[in-house]
Amino acid sequence: MVVRDAASRRPGDLALSDRQRQSAVSPPPALAVSGLTVAYGEKPAVFSVDMTVAQGTMTAIVGPNGAGKSTLLKAVLGLVKPLSGDVRLFDFPLSRVRDRLAYVPQRASVDWDFPARVVDVVLMGLHRELGLLRRVRTEHLDRARACLARVGMEDFANRQIGQLSGGQQQRVFLARALAQSADLYLLDEPFAGVDAATEKAIIAVLKDLQAEGRTIVAVHHDLSTVRAYFDHLFLINTRAIAAGPVAEVFTSANLQRAYGGRLGEAQVAGMQADGVQGHEGP
Amino acid sequence: MIWQALSLQLGYNATLVAIGATLLGIASGVTGSFLFLRKRALVSDAVSHATLPGIALAFITMVALGGEGRFLPGLMLGAALSSGLGLIVIGWMIRNTRLTEDAAIGAVLSVFFGAGIVLMTVIQSMQSGRQAGLESVLLGSTAGMLRADALVIGAGGALVLLAVLILRRPMLAVGFDPDHAAVTGINVARTDLAMMGLVMAVTVLGLTTVGLVLIVALLIIPAVTARLWTDRAEVMVALAGVVGGLAAYLGAAFSATAPGLPTGPIIVLASFTLFALSLALAPTRGGVALLLKRSRFRRRVHRRQGLLALGLGQPIHENFTLALLRREGMARADGEPTQQGRAAAAKALLDEARWAALRADPAHGLTASRYDGLTPIETVLTPDQIAELDRHLPRLQGVT
Repeated sequence: MVVRDAASRRPGDLALSDRQRQSAVSPPPALAVSGLTVAYGEKPAVFSVDMTVAQGTMTAIVGPNGAGKSTLLKAVLGLVKPLSGDVRLFDFPLSRVRDRLAYVPQRASVDWDFPARVVDVVLMGLHRELGLLRRVRTEHLDRARACLARVGMEDFANRQIGQLSGGQQQRVFLARALAQSADLYLLDEPFAGVDAATEKAIIAVLKDLQAEGRTIVAVHHDLSTVRAYFDHLFLINTRAIAAGPVAEVFTSANLQRAYGGRLGEAQVAGMQADGVQGHEGP
Repeated sequence: MIWQALSLQLGYNATLVAIGATLLGIASGVTGSFLFLRKRALVSDAVSHATLPGIALAFITMVALGGEGRFLPGLMLGAALSSGLGLIVIGWMIRNTRLTEDAAIGAVLSVFFGAGIVLMTVIQSMQSGRQAGLESVLLGSTAGMLRADALVIGAGGALVLLAVLILRRPMLAVGFDPDHAAVTGINVARTDLAMMGLVMAVTVLGLTTVGLVLIVALLIIPAVTARLWTDRAEVMVALAGVVGGLAAYLGAAFSATAPGLPTGPIIVLASFTLFALSLALAPTRGGVALLLKRSRFRRRVHRRQGLLALGLGQPIHENFTLALLRREGMARADGEPTQQGRAAAAKALLDEARWAALRADPAHGLTASRYDGLTPIETVLTPDQIAELDRHLPRLQGVT
């Protein structure tokens, strides 16, 4: 994955026409980040990170608190301005592929007392289609309801969003992303603070999306589920620590490097042994 | 007198004022809703106070050029320019200093307003006979409103509403989730700028009617009032327009009944009255509704606890619980269950047992998450599902 990407980002590559690019044997990576540095004030949150995500993969971005996981995602999405570096999505700059992206922010990032019904939030995923003045038609509502059904929330369509539990809120956010029918889904801690049933429902939807050939990148905080949920892993602690297939990268040595002293040797060893009983550091 | 004012029978000028004020109220209620949903209510106060130096400078300029100092479009232009400058300064301070938004707003608001007041005193010492009445931009006075002024307000209000119609979707999307909106391609900065532009337009239009000190009330109170009545953003925006229009109409009519009554404060009081009524009476979010809901919930909890205690043969210590059960004929004064109470208690125990079985089975994950200790299981499961559940139930001890 990494090798092919290094080749595909030669400067001359930019000169290729779209048609030439599409006729190339291997599809361009869904996401290619190079030399990305983002700083808040004078403290770099992400420093000189290279990252490549091949299409059709499911990648976890993992690292300790404050390691720049969310910042990396936000920089990819153009939500924070990087100091340096380049981001390409499907070999295009962000502005040309917005239709192919869907973002699921952290659930806590919005005010759930906002006056809206569940279906209104999902309809916000159709914003690019509806534009400024087009009326919401039955077909749009049907699509929004279908997306809610995929996350098991069809009975909640007319519910006020303030009445939802944390897990239900997360499902609604996922349904809004589904409405965008994107090729690349970027999720920020989709399993944080949700109930077990929701976690299972979300991972099932994500695996379905992957089976349809779509690409998933999720900031993830639970080391114990990395193996079961994802096929690729990107370890970060301000700098990129390791990247590649989970089987190769999810090693105690790499985790130790990412988490430093915060992750005990014994815990890492335990996680290696069965991949289930891991605990994050304090 | 008041009825004549309300039915627009106080003559041509009062009618003109009432219509102009109503249009302004609708525009500001609608615009203010988006500001409220974006949680930027305070910015509008800075916007309005920052108009004052511009108004004063416009007056001075127009007099110096030999014109009429109180020419309204000229004053409005000055107001818009200086409040625009105020907004730019606030934005700059937030971006380039460590000040937070509220501090930046406070600084800009007070400095601009102070500068405006100084300029106003300069004007008062000027040798122009027509400076009298410029203070009316502070608190609004419709006494001298001309037909042309009312037309400007009406046309401006209509333009503001048209702009809102076009921009409503991006403004709502940015209000709920700016990051997601940005990813879908909405330019958040430009949307916010457009929203502030609309707020500025409403402020400038309201100078003669409400005055710059109190326009914030006509922007925010209708939105807050409307929020009490609905849980849908679009409905809330429309309702806020109605509330704002009604408040402005009532305020303008009342202030026309006596000379010298400042229009702005009366309009604010009218909108506050609508707000207070809504706060008390609105369904689900109103005070009365909340009190009723809380007491209903309290009764449900006590009733359930009491029944479970009866079912398990435990004594009931809480007086409220006992009184509740006695009133419903479930228990006698000594705390012993009646026939009816025994049946209800058995039902409650069975319900708990079924819930426990449901929650123990991971296959029922989402349904189980609806357990709150109060909801009867029949409301979330079908009879078939309950029968299936009962087959896994441990035998119940001595209650049925």
